[in-house]
Amino acid sequence: MKNEMEIIFDAVSDNEAFARVAVAAFVTHLNPTVEELADIKTAVSEAVTNSIIHGYENLYGYGRPGRCPADLREIHPGKVRILCSLETDMLHIRVIDQGKGIEDVEKAMEPLYTSKPQLERSGMGFSFMEAFMDDLEVESSPGKGTVVSMKKKLGTGGWIEGEE
Amino acid sequence: MGQVTEDDFQVIDHCLIIRLPEEVDHHRAGYISENADKYLVREEVRNVVFDFEDTRFMDSSGIGMIMGRYRKISCFGGRVYAIHADSQIRRIFRVCGLSKLILMPE
Repeated sequence: MKNEMEIIFDAVSDNEAFARVAVAAFVTHLNPTVEELADIKTAVSEAVTNSIIHGYENLYGYGRPGRCPADLREIHPGKVRILCSLETDMLHIRVIDQGKGIEDVEKAMEPLYTSKPQLERSGMGFSFMEAFMDDLEVESSPGKGTVVSMKKKLGTGGWIEGEE
Repeated sequence: MGQVTEDDFQVIDHCLIIRLPEEVDHHRAGYISENADKYLVREEVRNVVFDFEDTRFMDSSGIGMIMGRYRKISCFGGRVYAIHADSQIRRIFRVCGLSKLILMPE
């Protein structure tokens, strides 16, 4: 059985929580484990955050009350698109933006590399997506945008106990 | 999902305790970092404690926030603790190697 959904939303940080919850809700009828849901939410959150703050450079986190530095306040218009398809127990998520794109995808995917160290980004976004999903592909061209494709097989059980 | 407010920051005995919100993402992490830094300067904080009691979700933005505080406080010999972290948060810590730097009692 094939099942698909698509959401399009503004590239602002308010929507990060919405995006990951929407994707998680899409797969709930498969009875995923709590761990699988957490993995999917983290991976979607990383991809969407990347689109918002790197793709469209909307740096300002709206969660902060009070004033905000003028250079962070500017909002660049743009949409993030998430395409999900489910083929039996295989979940395929694509996070698509028409932002500024990535010059060097390989470098961007290095653990701890961040193009915005001044914002205290940890540089772990792509590493998290790789760790929590089964497959990750990134296609990008500067000025055109980025497509992050992730796959995860559901129903494979929890993590191996005793990892600690 | 509540807002982070001043009430979530407390200094006891030169130790800054931050109660984290239910979801720590880029949306919230910025404000928490900024506010924490204010306390670090103003109150002569020695150690920082992140309380994950209410937290069910964290992504790499949260890691950036914790690493930032760790950098600031460790040059003066301070320590960073994470308390009440559930298995998901611990897993995130493990994946990025943070469990070696951050002390997790219990």
